[in-house]
Amino acid sequence: MSETPILQVKHLQKQFGTGCPHCLDKESVYVEKNYCTSCGTVHAVRDVSFDLYPGEVLGIVGESGSGKSTMLQGLYFDSDMTAGEVYINQPGLAGHNVLNLSSQQKRYIRNHVYGMVYQNPVHGLKMNFSSIGNIAEKMIAAGNRHVGSMEKRGEELLENVHIPLRRRKEEPQNFSGGMQQRVQIAKALSNNPPILFLDEVTTGLDLSVQASVLDLIKQIQRELHISMVVVSHDLAVIRMLADRSIVMLNGEIIEKGLTDQILEDPQHEYTQQLVYSLL
Amino acid sequence: MITKPHFAFFDEGSKKEIRRATLKAVAIPGYQVPFASREMPIARGWGTGGLQLTLSLIGKDDVLKVIDQGADESVNAVSIKKLVRHTTGVSVTEDTGEANIIQSRHRIPEKQLREDQILVLQVPNPEPLRKVEAREYLTKRMHAEDDYSGAWLLLFEQIMKYGRMSTGAEHPVYVNGRYMMTPSPIPRFDNPKMHQSKALILLGAGREKKIFAVPPYTDVKSLAFDDYPFAVESFEGKACKLCGSTDVFLDEIIDPDTGERSYQCNDTSFCMEHLNAKEKEEVENSYV
Repeated sequence: MSETPILQVKHLQKQFGTGCPHCLDKESVYVEKNYCTSCGTVHAVRDVSFDLYPGEVLGIVGESGSGKSTMLQGLYFDSDMTAGEVYINQPGLAGHNVLNLSSQQKRYIRNHVYGMVYQNPVHGLKMNFSSIGNIAEKMIAAGNRHVGSMEKRGEELLENVHIPLRRRKEEPQNFSGGMQQRVQIAKALSNNPPILFLDEVTTGLDLSVQASVLDLIKQIQRELHISMVVVSHDLAVIRMLADRSIVMLNGEIIEKGLTDQILEDPQHEYTQQLVYSLL
Repeated sequence: MITKPHFAFFDEGSKKEIRRATLKAVAIPGYQVPFASREMPIARGWGTGGLQLTLSLIGKDDVLKVIDQGADESVNAVSIKKLVRHTTGVSVTEDTGEANIIQSRHRIPEKQLREDQILVLQVPNPEPLRKVEAREYLTKRMHAEDDYSGAWLLLFEQIMKYGRMSTGAEHPVYVNGRYMMTPSPIPRFDNPKMHQSKALILLGAGREKKIFAVPPYTDVKSLAFDDYPFAVESFEGKACKLCGSTDVFLDEIIDPDTGERSYQCNDTSFCMEHLNAKEKEEVENSYV
Protein backbone atom coordinates (compact mmCIF):
# COMPACT_ATOMS: atom_id res chain seq x y z
CA MET A 1 0.00 0.00 0.00
CA SER A 2 1.31 3.41 -0.99
CA GLU A 3 2.27 5.93 1.66
CA THR A 4 0.58 9.04 0.29
CA PRO A 5 -3.17 9.21 0.84
CA ILE A 6 -5.35 9.70 -2.25
CA LEU A 7 -7.95 11.63 -0.26
CA GLN A 8 -7.27 13.79 2.78
CA VAL A 9 -10.07 15.25 4.85
CA LYS A 10 -9.14 17.87 7.43
CA HIS A 11 -11.36 19.40 10.10
CA LEU A 12 -14.57 19.05 8.14
CA GLN A 13 -17.50 20.96 9.70
CA LYS A 14 -21.13 21.19 8.80
CA GLN A 15 -23.66 23.03 10.87
CA PHE A 16 -27.29 23.87 10.18
CA GLY A 17 -27.86 27.22 11.86
CA THR A 18 -25.72 30.18 12.79
CA GLY A 19 -24.22 28.85 16.02
CA CYS A 20 -23.79 30.89 19.19
CA PRO A 21 -21.16 31.37 21.91
CA HIS A 22 -22.86 28.64 23.94
CA CYS A 23 -22.31 25.88 21.41
CA LEU A 24 -18.75 26.75 20.41
CA ASP A 25 -17.62 24.35 23.09
CA LYS A 26 -19.00 20.91 22.43
CA GLU A 27 -18.84 20.00 26.14
CA SER A 28 -21.10 22.94 26.99
CA VAL A 29 -24.27 22.24 29.00
CA TYR A 30 -26.32 23.82 26.23
CA VAL A 31 -25.32 21.17 23.70
CA GLU A 32 -27.58 18.15 23.69
CA LYS A 33 -26.05 15.46 21.47
CA ASN A 34 -25.35 17.62 18.40
CA TYR A 35 -28.13 20.13 18.99
CA CYS A 36 -27.67 23.48 20.71
CA THR A 37 -30.61 24.18 23.00
CA SER A 38 -29.73 27.87 23.10
CA CYS A 39 -29.66 28.81 19.39
CA GLY A 40 -31.14 25.72 17.74
CA THR A 41 -28.08 24.99 15.63
CA VAL A 42 -27.46 21.39 14.59
CA HIS A 43 -23.79 20.45 14.38
CA ALA A 44 -24.09 17.65 11.84
CA VAL A 45 -20.37 17.16 11.25
CA ARG A 46 -17.83 18.34 13.83
CA ASP A 47 -14.11 18.48 13.13
CA VAL A 48 -13.87 15.27 11.09
CA SER A 49 -10.43 14.39 9.73
CA PHE A 50 -9.25 11.21 8.02
CA ASP A 51 -7.03 9.92 5.23
CA LEU A 52 -7.94 7.44 2.51
CA TYR A 53 -5.10 5.50 0.92
CA PRO A 54 -5.06 4.11 -2.64
CA GLY A 55 -6.81 0.77 -2.93
CA GLU A 56 -8.13 0.94 0.61
CA VAL A 57 -11.68 0.49 1.83
CA LEU A 58 -12.56 2.81 4.68
CA GLY A 59 -15.69 2.02 6.65
CA ILE A 60 -17.72 4.65 8.44
CA VAL A 61 -20.19 3.38 11.04
CA GLY A 62 -22.51 5.21 13.34
CA GLU A 63 -26.11 5.42 14.38
CA SER A 64 -28.65 7.21 12.22
CA GLY A 65 -28.24 10.96 12.53
CA SER A 66 -24.57 10.76 13.40
CA GLY A 67 -23.50 12.74 10.33
CA LYS A 68 -22.19 9.93 8.11
CA SER A 69 -24.25 10.72 5.04
CA THR A 70 -23.97 14.49 5.51
CA MET A 71 -20.22 14.13 5.46
CA LEU A 72 -20.34 12.00 2.31
CA GLN A 73 -22.64 14.52 0.60
CA GLY A 74 -20.12 17.21 1.48
CA LEU A 75 -17.27 15.22 -0.03
CA TYR A 76 -19.30 14.61 -3.20
CA PHE A 77 -20.24 18.35 -3.37
CA ASP A 78 -23.96 17.63 -3.05
CA SER A 79 -24.07 20.07 -0.16
CA ASP A 80 -21.69 22.83 0.90
CA MET A 81 -19.68 22.31 4.05
CA THR A 82 -19.38 25.03 6.68
CA ALA A 83 -15.62 24.69 7.07
CA GLY A 84 -12.79 22.27 6.47
CA GLU A 85 -10.38 21.16 3.78
CA VAL A 86 -10.36 18.24 1.35
CA TYR A 87 -7.31 17.34 -0.74
CA ILE A 88 -7.25 14.85 -3.60
CA ASN A 89 -3.90 13.48 -4.68
CA GLN A 90 -4.55 13.35 -8.41
CA PRO A 91 -2.73 15.06 -11.29
CA GLY A 92 -3.83 18.69 -11.50
CA LEU A 93 -5.65 18.65 -8.18
CA ALA A 94 -2.87 18.06 -5.64
CA GLY A 95 -2.37 20.89 -3.18
CA HIS A 96 -5.78 22.49 -3.77
CA ASN A 97 -8.55 22.46 -1.21
CA VAL A 98 -11.24 21.07 -3.52
CA LEU A 99 -14.06 22.53 -1.41
CA ASN A 100 -12.95 25.99 -2.58
CA LEU A 101 -12.89 25.20 -6.30
CA SER A 102 -15.45 26.63 -8.71
CA SER A 103 -18.55 24.61 -9.44
CA GLN A 104 -17.21 23.72 -12.92
CA GLN A 105 -14.07 22.26 -11.36
CA LYS A 106 -16.15 20.42 -8.79
CA ARG A 107 -18.21 18.95 -11.60
CA TYR A 108 -14.99 17.84 -13.28
CA ILE A 109 -13.99 16.00 -10.11
CA ARG A 110 -17.41 14.38 -9.81
CA ASN A 111 -17.26 13.20 -13.41
CA HIS A 112 -13.63 12.10 -13.54
CA VAL A 113 -12.37 11.29 -10.05
CA TYR A 114 -15.41 10.32 -8.00
CA GLY A 115 -18.04 7.66 -8.19
CA MET A 116 -21.07 7.71 -5.92
CA VAL A 117 -23.64 5.09 -5.03
CA TYR A 118 -26.54 6.59 -3.12
CA GLN A 119 -28.62 4.80 -0.56
CA ASN A 120 -31.68 5.50 -2.67
CA PRO A 121 -31.19 4.72 -6.39
CA VAL A 122 -33.62 7.54 -7.22
CA HIS A 123 -30.84 10.02 -6.46
CA GLY A 124 -28.19 8.34 -8.55
CA LEU A 125 -30.20 7.28 -11.59
CA LYS A 126 -32.57 8.83 -14.08
CA MET A 127 -35.41 6.39 -13.59
CA ASN A 128 -37.07 7.01 -16.95
CA PHE A 129 -33.93 6.61 -19.06
CA SER A 130 -32.62 3.22 -20.18
CA SER A 131 -30.09 1.47 -17.94
CA ILE A 132 -27.41 1.67 -20.59
CA GLY A 133 -28.21 5.36 -21.05
CA ASN A 134 -27.77 5.93 -17.34
CA ILE A 135 -24.35 4.34 -17.49
CA ALA A 136 -23.47 6.30 -20.63
CA GLU A 137 -24.48 9.58 -18.97
CA LYS A 138 -21.44 9.53 -16.75
CA MET A 139 -19.16 8.74 -19.69
CA ILE A 140 -20.76 11.51 -21.75
CA ALA A 141 -20.19 13.91 -18.86
CA ALA A 142 -16.54 12.86 -18.86
CA GLY A 143 -16.28 13.81 -22.53
CA ASN A 144 -16.91 10.55 -24.40
CA ARG A 145 -18.68 11.16 -27.72
CA HIS A 146 -18.47 7.68 -29.22
CA VAL A 147 -21.70 5.69 -29.00
CA GLY A 148 -20.12 2.35 -29.88
CA SER A 149 -17.47 2.45 -27.16
CA MET A 150 -19.95 3.64 -24.53
CA GLU A 151 -22.40 0.90 -25.43
CA LYS A 152 -19.66 -1.72 -25.21
CA ARG A 153 -18.44 -0.47 -21.84
CA GLY A 154 -22.02 -0.27 -20.56
CA GLU A 155 -22.69 -3.86 -21.55
CA GLU A 156 -19.47 -5.01 -19.90
CA LEU A 157 -20.48 -3.32 -16.68
CA LEU A 158 -24.04 -4.61 -16.73
CA GLU A 159 -22.64 -8.09 -17.19
CA ASN A 160 -20.33 -7.47 -14.23
CA VAL A 161 -23.22 -6.52 -12.00
CA HIS A 162 -25.26 -9.50 -13.22
CA ILE A 163 -27.99 -7.70 -15.07
CA PRO A 164 -29.16 -9.67 -18.11
CA LEU A 165 -28.17 -7.84 -21.28
CA ARG A 166 -31.61 -8.25 -22.79
CA ARG A 167 -32.82 -5.72 -20.22
CA ARG A 168 -30.13 -3.12 -20.96
CA LYS A 169 -32.51 -0.83 -22.77
CA GLU A 170 -35.14 -1.02 -20.06
CA GLU A 171 -35.66 1.84 -17.61
CA PRO A 172 -34.53 1.22 -14.01
CA GLN A 173 -38.03 2.14 -12.83
CA ASN A 174 -39.09 -1.33 -14.01
CA PHE A 175 -36.35 -2.99 -11.97
CA SER A 176 -36.36 -4.39 -8.46
CA GLY A 177 -34.55 -2.40 -5.74
CA GLY A 178 -31.55 -4.70 -5.87
CA MET A 179 -31.26 -4.40 -9.63
CA GLN A 180 -31.55 -0.63 -9.46
CA GLN A 181 -28.76 -0.58 -6.91
CA ARG A 182 -26.60 -2.70 -9.21
CA VAL A 183 -27.24 -0.38 -12.16
CA GLN A 184 -26.18 2.46 -9.92
CA ILE A 185 -22.94 0.66 -9.07
CA ALA A 186 -22.31 0.03 -12.78
CA LYS A 187 -22.86 3.72 -13.47
CA ALA A 188 -20.52 4.80 -10.70
CA LEU A 189 -17.80 2.53 -12.10
CA SER A 190 -18.27 3.49 -15.75
CA ASN A 191 -15.13 5.59 -16.11
CA ASN A 192 -12.95 3.80 -13.57
CA PRO A 193 -13.02 6.44 -10.85
CA PRO A 194 -10.07 6.24 -8.44
CA ILE A 195 -12.40 7.08 -5.52
CA LEU A 196 -15.80 5.53 -4.91
CA PHE A 197 -18.31 6.53 -2.24
CA LEU A 198 -20.92 4.02 -1.12
CA ASP A 199 -23.74 5.32 1.05
CA GLU A 200 -25.67 2.51 2.76
CA VAL A 201 -25.72 0.49 -0.46
CA THR A 202 -27.31 -2.60 0.99
CA THR A 203 -29.89 -1.03 3.27
CA GLY A 204 -33.35 -2.13 2.28
CA LEU A 205 -32.20 -5.04 0.15
CA ASP A 206 -33.05 -8.59 1.05
CA LEU A 207 -30.28 -10.78 2.42
CA SER A 208 -29.43 -12.74 -0.71
CA VAL A 209 -29.28 -9.61 -2.87
CA GLN A 210 -27.31 -7.90 -0.11
CA ALA A 211 -24.76 -10.69 -0.24
CA SER A 212 -24.43 -10.53 -4.01
CA VAL A 213 -24.05 -6.72 -4.02
CA LEU A 214 -21.38 -6.91 -1.31
CA ASP A 215 -19.65 -9.69 -3.19
CA LEU A 216 -19.65 -7.55 -6.28
CA ILE A 217 -18.16 -4.55 -4.48
CA LYS A 218 -15.48 -6.70 -2.96
CA GLN A 219 -14.65 -8.21 -6.34
CA ILE A 220 -14.51 -4.81 -8.07
CA GLN A 221 -12.29 -3.45 -5.36
CA ARG A 222 -9.85 -6.35 -5.72
CA GLU A 223 -9.75 -6.15 -9.50
CA LEU A 224 -9.66 -2.42 -10.06
CA HIS A 225 -7.96 -1.25 -6.83
CA ILE A 226 -10.46 1.50 -6.32
CA SER A 227 -10.29 3.39 -3.04
CA MET A 228 -13.66 3.33 -1.33
CA VAL A 229 -15.43 5.08 1.49
CA VAL A 230 -18.22 2.82 2.70
CA VAL A 231 -20.86 4.36 4.93
CA SER A 232 -23.14 2.01 6.79
CA HIS A 233 -24.90 1.57 10.08
CA ASP A 234 -24.59 -2.16 9.57
CA LEU A 235 -21.51 -3.59 11.27
CA ALA A 236 -21.72 -6.79 9.25
CA VAL A 237 -21.27 -4.82 6.02
CA ILE A 238 -18.34 -2.94 7.48
CA ARG A 239 -16.76 -6.15 8.76
CA MET A 240 -16.99 -7.72 5.34
CA LEU A 241 -15.74 -4.76 3.27
CA ALA A 242 -13.61 -2.36 5.25
CA ASP A 243 -9.88 -2.56 6.07
CA ARG A 244 -10.02 0.40 8.41
CA SER A 245 -13.02 1.94 10.09
CA ILE A 246 -14.21 5.11 11.71
CA VAL A 247 -16.97 5.23 14.29
CA MET A 248 -19.05 8.42 14.32
CA LEU A 249 -21.40 9.70 16.99
CA ASN A 250 -23.15 13.09 17.07
CA GLY A 251 -21.11 14.33 14.13
CA GLU A 252 -17.75 13.44 15.62
CA ILE A 253 -15.24 10.64 15.17
CA ILE A 254 -15.11 8.77 18.45
CA GLU A 255 -12.98 5.85 17.40
CA LYS A 256 -10.82 4.88 14.45
CA GLY A 257 -8.58 1.95 13.63
CA LEU A 258 -8.40 -1.41 11.92
CA THR A 259 -11.87 -2.88 11.51
CA ASP A 260 -10.95 -6.12 13.28
CA GLN A 261 -9.49 -4.19 16.17
CA ILE A 262 -12.59 -2.07 16.60
CA LEU A 263 -14.86 -5.09 16.48
CA GLU A 264 -12.75 -7.23 18.81
CA ASP A 265 -11.66 -4.60 21.27
CA PRO A 266 -13.93 -1.53 21.19
CA GLN A 267 -12.67 1.32 23.38
CA HIS A 268 -15.42 3.89 23.40
CA GLU A 269 -18.57 3.26 25.36
CA TYR A 270 -20.80 3.73 22.34
CA THR A 271 -18.72 1.39 20.17
CA GLN A 272 -18.88 -1.26 22.85
CA GLN A 273 -22.63 -0.99 22.93
CA LEU A 274 -22.75 -1.12 19.13
CA VAL A 275 -20.54 -4.18 18.89
CA TYR A 276 -22.38 -6.07 21.61
CA SER A 277 -25.72 -5.43 20.00
CA LEU A 278 -24.48 -7.15 16.85
CA LEU A 279 -26.53 -10.26 16.34
CA MET B 1 -64.32 57.69 -29.44
CA ILE B 2 -61.84 55.53 -31.30
CA THR B 3 -58.28 56.11 -30.13
CA LYS B 4 -55.47 55.67 -32.57
CA PRO B 5 -53.42 52.61 -31.61
CA HIS B 6 -49.68 52.93 -30.98
CA PHE B 7 -47.39 52.37 -33.89
CA ALA B 8 -46.60 48.64 -33.88
CA PHE B 9 -49.20 47.95 -31.16
CA PHE B 10 -46.83 48.40 -28.18
CA ASP B 11 -46.07 51.55 -26.26
CA GLU B 12 -42.50 52.80 -26.59
CA GLY B 13 -41.46 51.49 -23.17
CA SER B 14 -42.43 47.94 -24.08
CA LYS B 15 -40.61 48.10 -27.39
CA LYS B 16 -37.48 49.37 -25.66
CA GLU B 17 -37.57 46.56 -23.12
CA ILE B 18 -37.83 43.94 -25.87
CA ARG B 19 -35.02 45.62 -27.82
CA ARG B 20 -32.78 45.65 -24.74
CA ALA B 21 -33.32 41.91 -24.28
CA THR B 22 -32.66 41.42 -28.00
CA LEU B 23 -29.37 43.34 -27.81
CA LYS B 24 -28.26 41.24 -24.88
CA ALA B 25 -29.21 38.08 -26.79
CA VAL B 26 -27.14 39.20 -29.78
CA ALA B 27 -24.22 39.94 -27.49
CA ILE B 28 -24.29 36.44 -25.98
CA PRO B 29 -25.05 34.12 -28.90
CA GLY B 30 -27.36 31.25 -27.96
CA TYR B 31 -28.00 32.48 -24.41
CA GLN B 32 -31.67 32.68 -23.41
CA VAL B 33 -32.42 36.20 -22.20
CA PRO B 34 -35.54 36.48 -20.06
CA PHE B 35 -37.96 39.26 -21.01
CA ALA B 36 -41.37 40.45 -19.88
CA SER B 37 -43.54 38.78 -22.47
CA ARG B 38 -46.49 41.11 -23.10
CA GLU B 39 -50.11 40.18 -23.40
CA MET B 40 -50.98 40.02 -27.07
CA PRO B 41 -54.18 39.94 -29.08
CA ILE B 42 -53.27 36.36 -30.01
CA ALA B 43 -52.88 33.53 -27.54
CA ARG B 44 -49.55 32.49 -26.10
CA GLY B 45 -48.16 29.55 -28.00
CA TRP B 46 -49.33 30.98 -31.32
CA GLY B 47 -46.23 32.94 -32.14
CA THR B 48 -46.34 35.72 -29.56
CA GLY B 49 -42.56 35.54 -29.01
CA GLY B 50 -41.84 36.07 -32.68
CA LEU B 51 -44.56 38.67 -33.01
CA GLN B 52 -43.19 40.73 -30.11
CA LEU B 53 -39.73 40.67 -31.69
CA THR B 54 -41.17 41.72 -35.05
CA LEU B 55 -43.19 44.55 -33.53
CA SER B 56 -40.22 45.84 -31.56
CA LEU B 57 -38.01 45.82 -34.67
CA ILE B 58 -40.32 47.05 -37.40
CA GLY B 59 -40.04 50.55 -38.86
CA LYS B 60 -42.16 52.42 -41.36
CA ASP B 61 -39.98 51.50 -44.34
CA ASP B 62 -39.70 47.80 -43.58
CA VAL B 63 -41.22 45.04 -45.65
CA LEU B 64 -42.56 42.05 -43.76
CA LYS B 65 -42.94 38.40 -44.70
CA VAL B 66 -44.56 35.85 -42.41
CA ILE B 67 -44.34 32.09 -42.93
CA ASP B 68 -46.15 29.34 -41.08
CA GLN B 69 -45.08 25.75 -41.79
CA GLY B 70 -43.32 27.02 -44.90
CA ALA B 71 -46.47 28.61 -46.30
CA ASP B 72 -47.28 32.31 -46.66
CA GLU B 73 -51.02 31.77 -46.88
CA SER B 74 -51.75 29.68 -43.80
CA VAL B 75 -54.09 31.07 -41.15
CA ASN B 76 -51.52 31.98 -38.53
CA ALA B 77 -49.23 33.70 -41.02
CA VAL B 78 -52.10 35.67 -42.47
CA SER B 79 -53.46 36.88 -39.13
CA ILE B 80 -50.01 37.91 -37.88
CA LYS B 81 -49.41 39.80 -41.12
CA LYS B 82 -52.79 41.51 -40.77
CA LEU B 83 -52.11 42.55 -37.19
CA VAL B 84 -48.74 44.06 -38.04
CA ARG B 85 -50.03 45.82 -41.11
CA HIS B 86 -53.05 47.14 -39.25
CA THR B 87 -50.92 48.64 -36.48
CA THR B 88 -47.98 49.88 -38.58
CA GLY B 89 -49.10 50.28 -42.17
CA VAL B 90 -45.94 48.60 -43.48
CA SER B 91 -46.14 46.64 -46.70
CA VAL B 92 -46.15 42.87 -46.62
CA THR B 93 -44.78 40.49 -49.18
CA GLU B 94 -44.55 36.83 -50.00
CA ASP B 95 -41.26 37.21 -51.83
CA THR B 96 -38.34 36.18 -49.61
CA GLY B 97 -35.94 38.44 -51.50
CA GLU B 98 -38.11 41.53 -51.02
CA ALA B 99 -38.62 41.33 -47.27
CA ASN B 100 -36.26 42.70 -44.64
CA ILE B 101 -38.01 41.14 -41.68
CA ILE B 102 -39.09 37.52 -42.06
CA GLN B 103 -41.07 35.99 -39.24
CA SER B 104 -41.28 32.24 -39.47
CA ARG B 105 -42.51 29.17 -37.74
CA HIS B 106 -41.00 25.77 -38.61
CA ARG B 107 -38.85 26.80 -41.57
CA ILE B 108 -35.89 28.85 -42.70
CA PRO B 109 -36.61 29.93 -46.30
CA GLU B 110 -34.91 27.90 -49.03
CA LYS B 111 -33.60 31.08 -50.62
CA GLN B 112 -30.35 32.19 -49.00
CA LEU B 113 -30.86 35.22 -46.75
CA ARG B 114 -28.85 38.42 -47.01
CA GLU B 115 -27.02 40.64 -44.53
CA ASP B 116 -29.79 43.25 -44.61
CA GLN B 117 -32.47 40.77 -43.60
CA ILE B 118 -33.57 39.62 -40.14
CA LEU B 119 -35.10 36.22 -39.56
CA VAL B 120 -37.46 36.05 -36.57
CA LEU B 121 -38.32 32.56 -35.39
CA GLN B 122 -41.21 31.60 -33.11
CA VAL B 123 -40.12 29.14 -30.44
CA PRO B 124 -42.45 27.01 -28.30
CA ASN B 125 -39.81 25.34 -26.05
CA PRO B 126 -36.57 27.31 -25.83
CA GLU B 127 -34.88 25.01 -23.31
CA PRO B 128 -32.87 22.12 -24.86
CA LEU B 129 -32.39 20.56 -21.41
CA ARG B 130 -36.05 20.65 -20.33
CA LYS B 131 -36.65 16.97 -21.08
CA VAL B 132 -33.81 16.02 -18.73
CA GLU B 133 -34.43 18.58 -16.00
CA ALA B 134 -37.81 20.11 -15.25
CA ARG B 135 -36.56 22.81 -12.87
CA GLU B 136 -35.61 26.12 -14.44
CA TYR B 137 -33.06 27.10 -11.79
CA LEU B 138 -31.21 23.86 -12.43
CA THR B 139 -31.22 24.15 -16.22
CA LYS B 140 -29.90 27.72 -15.85
CA ARG B 141 -27.10 26.40 -13.69
CA MET B 142 -26.38 23.62 -16.21
CA HIS B 143 -26.01 26.23 -18.96
CA ALA B 144 -23.75 28.31 -16.74
CA GLU B 145 -21.54 25.33 -15.98
CA ASP B 146 -21.46 24.14 -19.59
CA ASP B 147 -23.05 20.90 -18.37
CA TYR B 148 -24.80 19.55 -21.46
CA SER B 149 -24.48 15.83 -20.86
CA GLY B 150 -28.28 15.63 -20.50
CA ALA B 151 -28.89 16.77 -24.08
CA TRP B 152 -26.30 14.31 -25.35
CA LEU B 153 -27.97 11.63 -23.26
CA LEU B 154 -31.30 12.28 -25.00
CA LEU B 155 -29.63 11.67 -28.36
CA PHE B 156 -27.86 8.58 -27.01
CA GLU B 157 -31.22 7.20 -25.87
CA GLN B 158 -32.66 7.72 -29.34
CA ILE B 159 -29.76 5.83 -30.89
CA MET B 160 -30.25 3.01 -28.37
CA LYS B 161 -33.97 2.81 -29.07
CA TYR B 162 -34.20 3.50 -32.79
CA GLY B 163 -30.67 2.99 -34.07
CA ARG B 164 -30.31 6.65 -35.10
CA MET B 165 -30.85 10.17 -33.85
CA SER B 166 -34.59 10.57 -34.31
CA THR B 167 -35.09 14.29 -33.65
CA GLY B 168 -37.89 15.43 -35.94
CA ALA B 169 -37.32 19.07 -35.20
CA GLU B 170 -35.39 21.05 -32.60
CA HIS B 171 -32.15 19.09 -33.03
CA PRO B 172 -29.96 20.92 -30.48
CA VAL B 173 -27.01 23.02 -31.64
CA TYR B 174 -23.94 24.62 -30.09
CA VAL B 175 -23.81 28.33 -30.85
CA ASN B 176 -20.39 29.96 -31.11
CA GLY B 177 -18.89 26.93 -29.34
CA ARG B 178 -20.49 27.78 -26.01
CA TYR B 179 -24.23 27.80 -25.37
CA MET B 180 -26.48 24.98 -26.40
CA MET B 181 -29.62 26.14 -28.13
CA THR B 182 -32.78 24.60 -29.46
CA PRO B 183 -33.22 26.07 -32.94
CA SER B 184 -37.01 26.49 -32.71
CA PRO B 185 -38.98 23.64 -34.23
CA ILE B 186 -37.21 23.77 -37.59
CA PRO B 187 -36.44 20.43 -39.24
CA ARG B 188 -32.85 19.17 -39.13
CA PHE B 189 -32.80 20.09 -42.81
CA ASP B 190 -32.60 23.77 -41.84
CA ASN B 191 -29.98 23.49 -39.08
CA PRO B 192 -27.02 23.92 -41.46
CA LYS B 193 -28.61 27.13 -42.78
CA MET B 194 -28.01 28.74 -39.37
CA HIS B 195 -24.26 28.13 -39.56
CA GLN B 196 -22.47 31.31 -40.69
CA SER B 197 -25.83 32.80 -41.71
CA LYS B 198 -25.54 36.22 -43.33
CA ALA B 199 -28.82 37.35 -41.80
CA LEU B 200 -29.36 38.00 -38.10
CA ILE B 201 -31.50 35.24 -36.59
CA LEU B 202 -33.65 36.14 -33.58
CA LEU B 203 -35.66 33.58 -31.67
CA GLY B 204 -38.54 34.48 -29.38
CA ALA B 205 -40.54 32.30 -27.00
CA GLY B 206 -43.58 34.25 -25.80
CA ARG B 207 -45.03 31.71 -23.42
CA GLU B 208 -41.64 30.87 -21.92
CA LYS B 209 -40.59 34.55 -21.91
CA LYS B 210 -37.18 34.06 -23.53
CA ILE B 211 -35.32 35.76 -26.38
CA PHE B 212 -32.15 34.37 -27.93
CA ALA B 213 -30.17 35.03 -31.06
CA VAL B 214 -27.67 33.84 -33.62
CA PRO B 215 -25.76 36.90 -34.85
CA PRO B 216 -24.61 37.00 -38.49
CA TYR B 217 -21.56 34.89 -39.34
CA THR B 218 -21.70 32.78 -36.16
CA ASP B 219 -20.73 29.13 -35.92
CA VAL B 220 -23.73 26.87 -35.32
CA LYS B 221 -22.91 23.21 -34.88
CA SER B 222 -25.50 20.46 -34.61
CA LEU B 223 -24.84 17.86 -31.93
CA ALA B 224 -23.48 14.59 -33.28
CA PHE B 225 -21.56 11.62 -31.93
CA ASP B 226 -18.24 10.57 -33.46
CA ASP B 227 -19.74 7.39 -34.88
CA TYR B 228 -23.24 8.78 -35.52
CA PRO B 229 -22.77 11.92 -37.63
CA PHE B 230 -25.46 14.58 -37.98
CA ALA B 231 -27.62 14.03 -41.05
CA VAL B 232 -30.42 16.09 -42.54
CA GLU B 233 -33.68 14.57 -43.79
CA SER B 234 -33.08 12.92 -47.12
CA PHE B 235 -35.36 13.37 -50.12
CA GLU B 236 -33.23 11.37 -52.47
CA GLY B 237 -34.91 10.47 -55.73
CA LYS B 238 -37.87 12.74 -55.01
CA ALA B 239 -38.76 16.03 -56.61
CA CYS B 240 -41.47 18.68 -56.26
CA LYS B 241 -44.36 17.73 -58.53
CA LEU B 242 -45.05 21.39 -59.29
CA CYS B 243 -41.67 22.98 -59.90
CA GLY B 244 -39.37 19.97 -60.06
CA SER B 245 -36.94 21.16 -57.35
CA THR B 246 -34.88 18.41 -55.75
CA ASP B 247 -32.56 19.89 -53.10
CA VAL B 248 -35.33 21.39 -50.96
CA PHE B 249 -37.49 20.28 -48.03
CA LEU B 250 -40.48 18.42 -49.48
CA ASP B 251 -43.93 17.73 -48.09
CA GLU B 252 -45.38 14.30 -48.68
CA ILE B 253 -48.93 14.42 -49.95
CA ILE B 254 -51.06 11.30 -50.04
CA ASP B 255 -54.08 11.22 -52.26
CA PRO B 256 -56.92 10.00 -49.98
CA ASP B 257 -58.72 8.21 -52.83
CA THR B 258 -55.91 6.51 -54.69
CA GLY B 259 -53.36 6.36 -51.86
CA GLU B 260 -50.79 7.75 -54.28
CA ARG B 261 -47.83 9.65 -52.82
CA SER B 262 -46.55 12.83 -54.31
CA TYR B 263 -44.12 15.48 -53.11
CA GLN B 264 -44.29 19.22 -53.11
CA CYS B 265 -42.02 22.08 -51.98
CA ASN B 266 -42.68 23.01 -48.36
CA ASP B 267 -41.55 26.59 -48.99
CA THR B 268 -44.47 27.89 -51.08
CA SER B 269 -42.85 31.18 -52.02
CA PHE B 270 -39.75 29.39 -53.28
CA CYS B 271 -41.91 27.02 -55.33
CA MET B 272 -43.87 29.89 -56.82
CA GLU B 273 -40.73 31.78 -57.76
CA HIS B 274 -39.31 28.69 -59.39
CA LEU B 275 -42.51 28.03 -61.32
CA ASN B 276 -42.74 31.61 -62.55
CA ALA B 277 -39.15 31.58 -63.74
CA LYS B 278 -39.79 28.36 -65.61
CA GLU B 279 -42.99 29.69 -67.15
CA LYS B 280 -41.26 32.86 -68.23
CA GLU B 281 -38.56 30.86 -69.92
CA GLU B 282 -41.11 28.71 -71.73
CA VAL B 283 -43.08 31.71 -72.89
CA GLU B 284 -39.97 33.51 -74.12
CA ASN B 285 -38.85 30.44 -76.00
CA SER B 286 -42.16 29.84 -77.71
CA TYR B 287 -42.64 33.45 -78.94
CA VAL B 288 -39.21 34.04 -80.39
